Amino acid sequence: MVDIAKILFTVILINNIVLSQFLGVCSFLGLTTNLKNSMGMSLAVIFVMVVSSAITHPIYTFLLVPNSLEYLQTVVFILVIASAVQVLEAIIKKIMPPLYKAMGIYLPLITTNCAILGIMLLNIQESYTFFQAIINGFGAGISYMLAMFLFAGVRQKMAEAKIPEFFKGMPSVLVAAAIVSVSFNGFKGVIENIFS
Amino acid sequence: MAKKKKSLTYEFTKGIVKENPLLVLLLGTCPALAVTTSAWNGVGMGLATIFVLVLSNLVISALRNVIPDRVRIPSYITIIASLVTILHLLLQAYLPDLNKSLGIFIPLITVNCIILGRAEAFANRRTVLESIFDGLGMGVGFTLALFIIGAIREILGAGTFFGLALPFVGGDNMLQPILIFSLPPGGFAIFGLLIALSQKLSNRLYAQTPATTLDREHYPGSVLEGSAFGADGRLAYPADDRRSSGSSVGSSASKDLSDESED
Repeated sequence: MVDIAKILFTVILINNIVLSQFLGVCSFLGLTTNLKNSMGMSLAVIFVMVVSSAITHPIYTFLLVPNSLEYLQTVVFILVIASAVQVLEAIIKKIMPPLYKAMGIYLPLITTNCAILGIMLLNIQESYTFFQAIINGFGAGISYMLAMFLFAGVRQKMAEAKIPEFFKGMPSVLVAAAIVSVSFNGFKGVIENIFS
Repeated sequence: MAKKKKSLTYEFTKGIVKENPLLVLLLGTCPALAVTTSAWNGVGMGLATIFVLVLSNLVISALRNVIPDRVRIPSYITIIASLVTILHLLLQAYLPDLNKSLGIFIPLITVNCIILGRAEAFANRRTVLESIFDGLGMGVGFTLALFIIGAIREILGAGTFFGLALPFVGGDNMLQPILIFSLPPGGFAIFGLLIALSQKLSNRLYAQTPATTLDREHYPGSVLEGSAFGADGRLAYPADDRRSSGSSVGSSASKDLSDESED
């Protein structure tokens, strides 16, 4: 239990996937223009993250390691993610049309979202067990959602702000991201005191 | 012949300043923020990206008439992932230190939007030679931008430059490094300030609207301002990259067209 709490706490707050580890920054900057987009993308990311974690971990442990093909992990993982996205899209479209409406258009974008591939590789690097890998995937999705939500709120406020000419667009957004990111730095060092 | 040569030079130079992938097109932001804690890391990441970008442009351009249109994106991703694996093995063997400091971001070159973007927007409809030059130019532009961000962050955050201590930093009664520039917030802030600077400069150079408002819809994976979505709500992969660049960078489009009419 402590184990799970530690993984979740670390991935959500301390090593926030977007604001501390810089995974998925492209979509973070692109889709936080409003809350609806952030919601849809975050849902899709959580979904794909959990499913891909559950697929890639057994493939690595039972297929690549016994045949000493570990170096193929990047190729295999990206293909798994791409196919998982395709299959998921078809399934959701068939079974849950409202959910498809909410996150369907974001699914194709996820293949090139480096947060997914990054977490799959980190699961292996940290040598998590199957269960821990799924928890880490889920936590990473929540972590992504937290960053997206916080930042979508910040950007809605920024829309009314007066911004100098050359800071319009991305520069002001990035500076705001820097300030949001500072707040996550506050969690560093907390974990040793809680879980020791 | 002379015309052809000029066109190749153009394909090379456009990636460095005018269509700099990082500062103007805003592609590949993840590695740009994550690995640029030092100048050497930035350059190393840039060189790794050049390797993959040039080879993927070469292979994809050579295979452009073989790969069926419907499965091109998975094919491109497989090609790119294989090249990244080769690169990863080479780095592990010859540059283990660099491999260690770049860590997970070496395999993540696979999902770098620049590489898939150039494959989709350029290499799949141009000749092999043009694609190589385009890859080289884009790669050099990316490396330069990474070097600048890395150097600024290293000087401000650690007080060193390429690992060498600066003379006026560190000791008593001297300047102290500002740690926050080495941390994630510094990455966001420096990157933002650099884009602001490049917008200001490009306005003066090209007299156009701020560069980041360029139409970026032909880059799959780049979802800035939501322009990646087509009318039907699916991810859009427009058939012609010249049309979209024509709306934003008039001079480059007319140049491209005149090159084409020469052929």
